[in-house]
Amino acid sequence: MLRTVGSHTLSIVHEFGDFALFTGHSFRSAIGSRRLWRRIVRAGFEQGVRCLPVILIVGLFTGLVLGLQGYYVLNRFGSESLLGTLVSLSLVRELGPVLAALMLVGQAGSALAAELGIQRNTEQIAALETMGVSSHAYLVTPRLLAALVVYPMQTALFITVGLWGGNLSGSLLLGLEPGVYWSSVERAIESQDVRECFTKAATFGLLTIALCAYHGFNAHRCRSATGARAVSASTTRAVVQSSIIVLAADYIITSFLV
Amino acid sequence: MGADTQNLLLHIEGLYKRFDENVVLAGASLDVPRGSLVTVLGRSGAGKSVLLKCLADVIRPDQGSISFDGHPLNMDDAAARAEFRRRCSFLFQSNALFDSLTALENVALPLEQTTDLTDKEIRERSLEALHQLELDVHQDRYPSQLSGGMQKRLALARAIVTRPELVLFDEPTAGLDPLRRNAVFAMIAKYQRQFGFTALVVTHDLTEALIASDRVALLDKGLMCFEGTPAEFSASNHPVVCNFSDSADTLGSTLAAIRRGEALHSEDS
Repeated sequence: MLRTVGSHTLSIVHEFGDFALFTGHSFRSAIGSRRLWRRIVRAGFEQGVRCLPVILIVGLFTGLVLGLQGYYVLNRFGSESLLGTLVSLSLVRELGPVLAALMLVGQAGSALAAELGIQRNTEQIAALETMGVSSHAYLVTPRLLAALVVYPMQTALFITVGLWGGNLSGSLLLGLEPGVYWSSVERAIESQDVRECFTKAATFGLLTIALCAYHGFNAHRCRSATGARAVSASTTRAVVQSSIIVLAADYIITSFLV
Repeated sequence: MGADTQNLLLHIEGLYKRFDENVVLAGASLDVPRGSLVTVLGRSGAGKSVLLKCLADVIRPDQGSISFDGHPLNMDDAAARAEFRRRCSFLFQSNALFDSLTALENVALPLEQTTDLTDKEIRERSLEALHQLELDVHQDRYPSQLSGGMQKRLALARAIVTRPELVLFDEPTAGLDPLRRNAVFAMIAKYQRQFGFTALVVTHDLTEALIASDRVALLDKGLMCFEGTPAEFSASNHPVVCNFSDSADTLGSTLAAIRRGEALHSEDS
């Protein structure tokens, strides 16, 4: 029993250290990497443009639900005018960065883990190394750097659409004055909230993309399976661990910043 | 040493590699003369691909030394490793083409990432490589849209576009029918002479290797048990060489024995 616990603990510590080295190496590889900007733009397109529909749809429905639920709760206390405050603070402080990150993990993160896993299986990563091309610099670094920009942008978009969703529920469907809604939004959000929101978004982007890249890149080391099953297993682990790390990092950042 | 030391491009000495308890290379040595086509033969699982991957630095050997162009290769030295990789290309058994890139992008990739050439120069050199391998009309196609032979040529185009001095071929004919095997060996021999690179091929296709190669070596149980010209190989009395080259005769006699057994069996019944 003790041996099993110890072995698992050591394995987790080893994996954590390996992940930290992987991420550090990927950032270091940016130095001297040729045509990095082009690959960052391509990675930005994959994480940004391709994930746009899911961000817009989920953002809109989150705002709609928040507006609906918030209106009925506030209505009990005669405080419907605070609907904008409730929707905006919920979105900016917590739901925006967390839900946007989870959506990006589901779309861009899983695609990245699977793509790298297949590239590992088909020796494309080994081929890069034999060509003298750093596989970290070519495959991972641009994705990490793009995530630092794309995640905050996607989060901002998610919040904007969410605020419109809240307005749609509160004002157009339930009869709240739009001016009242938007003025309470304006009064509620402070620059500290926006800073916190973008800090969270960038951190989530870095952690989740690094984690997905790590699992895909090391799909050949998967102990429970080989080949296509190893790709499947590493993609699943990447998505599950990324989702957990988003929520854990959210708690840690919130407890430090609030 | 089987070849003139001055003319050696690659010299491998006592390469040793084990995976857990399984010793794959047990001190393999090999000389590769400059400008030649050398084939390493061996049964499946003899360690041929591991030998090649040790040379390409995909796998680190446990012991042994590799000299390239007269200089010992220190794989712990990043600069020496980068220099070796610049002068050497590796052709994977699976081709290892980037399936999300077009044929032109695949060929351009090593130039984009390892040289300071302009975009125009990269395009010109990549198109030239595609043209030399008769693939220029397929430049915008993805690897999955090309036939097996075309993919092999595309992988070769990518390998030679950086103008390497040494090209390593890992089982280039694995899984191919005899006609395609001939075509691939003919392609390697043709382009090896056309571009003047040194080729090191690992395969278990004896007939094609003996026809196309300048020198052959036989790897058995992690050791190089023969090294010489194809003529010397054919004339060799080494038991492993005889066993390997007489495999067709062995199959014939085994089948004959089985048939005799069947005949006896039918007589019994």
